[in-house]
Amino acid sequence: MALVDFWGVRKQVRLDVVDEPVTVGDYVLNHVGYAIRRIPAQQVEATLSLYEELLTVAATDDLMAADVRGEIAAGRRERGDR
Amino acid sequence: MTANAFEALRDPARARMLADALVRVTSKIGRDPVSVMHVCGSHEQAIARYGLRATFPAALEVIMGPGCPVCITDMPEVDEAVVLAQQGVRVATYGDMLRVPGTAMSLGDARARGARVDVVYSISQAIELARAAQEEVVFFATGFETTAVATAAVLLADPPPNFSVLSAHKYIPPVMEIVAEMPGARIEGFLAAGHAATITGWGVFEPFVAEHGIPVVVAGFEPLDILAGLVRLVELILEGRAAVENMYPRCVTREGNVQAQEKLWKVFRPTGGRWRGIAHVPNGNLRLRDELARVDARRRFDIDLATLWASAPSPLAHQCICGDIMGGIASPDRCPLFGKECVPDSPVGACMVSSEGTCRIWHEYGGVDRRLGAMGAIPPTGPSRTHVKVLP
Repeated sequence: MALVDFWGVRKQVRLDVVDEPVTVGDYVLNHVGYAIRRIPAQQVEATLSLYEELLTVAATDDLMAADVRGEIAAGRRERGDR
Repeated sequence: MTANAFEALRDPARARMLADALVRVTSKIGRDPVSVMHVCGSHEQAIARYGLRATFPAALEVIMGPGCPVCITDMPEVDEAVVLAQQGVRVATYGDMLRVPGTAMSLGDARARGARVDVVYSISQAIELARAAQEEVVFFATGFETTAVATAAVLLADPPPNFSVLSAHKYIPPVMEIVAEMPGARIEGFLAAGHAATITGWGVFEPFVAEHGIPVVVAGFEPLDILAGLVRLVELILEGRAAVENMYPRCVTREGNVQAQEKLWKVFRPTGGRWRGIAHVPNGNLRLRDELARVDARRRFDIDLATLWASAPSPLAHQCICGDIMGGIASPDRCPLFGKECVPDSPVGACMVSSEGTCRIWHEYGGVDRRLGAMGAIPPTGPSRTHVKVLP
């Protein structure tokens, strides 16, 4: 059993079928009160770079994309992200 | 941890870029429509909730297939639960199941007539109910493999002696075959449900892709996940490449959650059966194995469906086109009952009941009006901005 925070809502989640041992601070994928996967935090960054890679391929001929990429970079700076 | 790392997966600027990429890739195909199908109610929910449909290019048809576990639960399965409840057994189930019409009535109707029906968020709550109760408690277990693993875990963890399961669990991979082969089907690619694939692994789709020559992309449920999944799927269609691609690697691996699979197949065996509105699906139903007869409500009780035979389904039910909607042949606005006789408070068909049902989602979020085009939650940037039409 683990106490999980869902975007502000706290709930008990069972760990019977999770794929890996879970510790405090981990992200998990929950389904009907059961964690079905431990999501390593660095995987979120990996997802974002996968999507950015997709855009590089899809948008080679598109100037607008460069603008929006600038927008994202600016947004990051505002939030103080890396 | 204060900030939620997943926030970035709802970032509007990134979403706009992906939405634009989707427009570009789709236009490169140069055909209208390009039809793809997702098979998950949670995908439809996210598409509606984040206004993604309004950003899809007009030429891209994103159809919801049989991905609502409540909707595809067959009427005789609901009937079994209703009969058990009427026989005095306490029935616990997920909230969505309460109003799904059976032949004569729903579980909610049975409860209104005095039967004991409990709504639970999780099967573990049904176990707690059984522990605290003297009477027999049956859990009416619905949902796909994602939900079935929870049922399996409970049955393997020594449930109380007055607890048993009426399984209406379904297994997704076989139904994709059925939908791909449906007469009139024009599906060029599938967006596979990331949560089901978390259990089964993406490798489970390889035989399907080899046999049908249709690409499958596994996608997650945040707005960026869905947009990126669609971009990749349309790219594969453009390249004419039938392959499985995993765009949800933070949750899905090739092998899946092996531990959960072991539990699943220890408890269940796949068997053929009807999915409401779709067809008989070979290996599409999950039933309890013989070794678990003791906790199988179908063997533990004599469920006499004949007690319902005197009742006929509502005459309106004949006009319901849920089957076509779940097969991806029609959209809810094509149904004469949609939003009129059939509304969430008094649903005629199962698609209007569940929060994962196509009709319910379209009713709640207003479906899609192509005239509104670019006025959705994420306005596109780039050339299409000049085409925004503001309506009175």
